[in-house]
Amino acid sequence: MPLTLYTFSSPPKFYALSGVLVPLCWALAVVLSAIGLWMGFFVAPTDATQGEVYRIIFIHVPAAWMSMLLYLVMAFWAAIGWAFKARLASMVARAVAPTGAMFTFLALWTGALWGKPTWGAWWVWDARLTSELILLFLYLGYIALVEAIDDPRRADQAGALLAVVGAVNVPIIYFSVKWWNTLHQGASVSIAAAPKMASTMLTAMLLMTFAFWAYAFAVVFTRTRAIVLERERGAAWVNQLAARESAS
Amino acid sequence: MRALFWSILRRDLRLAARRRIESLLPLVFFIVAASLFPLGVGPEPQTLRQIAPGVVWVCALLAAMLSVHTLYAGDHADGSLEQMLLAPASPVALAAAKAVGHWLVTGLPLILAAPVLGVLFDLSGSALAALVAGLLLGTPILSLLGGLGAALTLGLRSGGMLLILIVLPLATPALIFGAGAVVAVESGMSPSGHYSLLGALLIGTALGVPLATAAALRISTE
Amino acid sequence: MTWGSAENFFAMGGYGLYVWGSYAVTALLMVGEPLLAAHRRRRALREAAEALPNEDNAS
Repeated sequence: MPLTLYTFSSPPKFYALSGVLVPLCWALAVVLSAIGLWMGFFVAPTDATQGEVYRIIFIHVPAAWMSMLLYLVMAFWAAIGWAFKARLASMVARAVAPTGAMFTFLALWTGALWGKPTWGAWWVWDARLTSELILLFLYLGYIALVEAIDDPRRADQAGALLAVVGAVNVPIIYFSVKWWNTLHQGASVSIAAAPKMASTMLTAMLLMTFAFWAYAFAVVFTRTRAIVLERERGAAWVNQLAARESAS
Repeated sequence: MRALFWSILRRDLRLAARRRIESLLPLVFFIVAASLFPLGVGPEPQTLRQIAPGVVWVCALLAAMLSVHTLYAGDHADGSLEQMLLAPASPVALAAAKAVGHWLVTGLPLILAAPVLGVLFDLSGSALAALVAGLLLGTPILSLLGGLGAALTLGLRSGGMLLILIVLPLATPALIFGAGAVVAVESGMSPSGHYSLLGALLIGTALGVPLATAAALRISTE
Repeated sequence: MTWGSAENFFAMGGYGLYVWGSYAVTALLMVGEPLLAAHRRRRALREAAEALPNEDNAS
């Protein structure tokens, strides 16, 4: 059968392909993070201003970037699923959401732990952290909405609409939060006073970003496979698969 | 299209007039909720003046969201929503009419009550003016966004809370600019930037959200 | 970057709590999440198997 753009948009074909890709993504994630962490802890020097605590950057920034990227990815696939009635695209979007929320939480958690020793408080309402907090609310809203709707098709479509509306609003929200932050210049701490990055620091951070990206592929694909099995239950290919699994 | 808009608007206003107590509930909530804050933070006028813009705006936001939940529920329950969606006119007119109706019934009273709250919080005259002006521009935004949330959560069990969770992040820019205008006036700066941004937000919302709400209505009733 | 001793490495210049607190939670979530996802997939498969028509009561 000729390979086309749509070949893997069928659930059974996606299931088979992802079965091969997931372990590869894991391998990539492990290797990249091993190198990244080694560089981050054993090559990158101590920072002049912040000492050793800056090393949180090797997970804080990648997590923040992933949280933002995954929201766009989620909105994109949800929109594709809605526009082309492509069920698999909608399933992928649903699978992305929890991972995106996880990274957002991680960005906030590591941000707080970085903030306490650097600025003295567990939380500062600076523009980026506050925007990240609102992003978490956007993720939670999406997840809550799709989980509250029983009919999968309605859930997919409603989620897609919400995700796209959210994506359009993200720049507006970010801008308004920046505006708000500059107005209330009380504690004039700036998280932008991040360390002047030595090239080794930057390399380590980029490696960790790619490692997180590979991780995201692996987890999202695993979750998509679960959703595919849940939704396609009763289909012949699922029955065959299930029979084979229970026989083994 | 315009005929549909006016007929729905008139109908909703008539229904609200018949259920006067129900229609006034958001206003009562607004006042009660805002009055809780001094009980929580203490009666110091200095503190109250500082928190007033934020408190009034958040309470307005919550009052709007709590009352918008049933915007489409009644029509959905008795089947008239499906009828309206079948009409040749686009559901965008329906969405717009519902939002305007909600604003007239809920938003406008909030705007009128805000000065009273402002006095309770010891706001100066110019700050009160900024509060009212901001709410004038912002409450329509809240009604529009609330309408979208109501359409998305139509018929769901956890509807009310879910609606708030969905809409609140989207409403933060309006909150920031609206409350910020009062803060600007109080610190002697010009609020015109805030008003411009609110105005732009209102225009953008008015143009885009009814379309999204129309799509949401179709999604929720299919 | 030489740490001198394992002690120095874990102390992280006095910031050990913050650095390792961050990395620990990260590791926890990035191990826990895939486990949950894999568990979900296996359960879906198992439920699909249970829903299979039994060979014994052949129609």
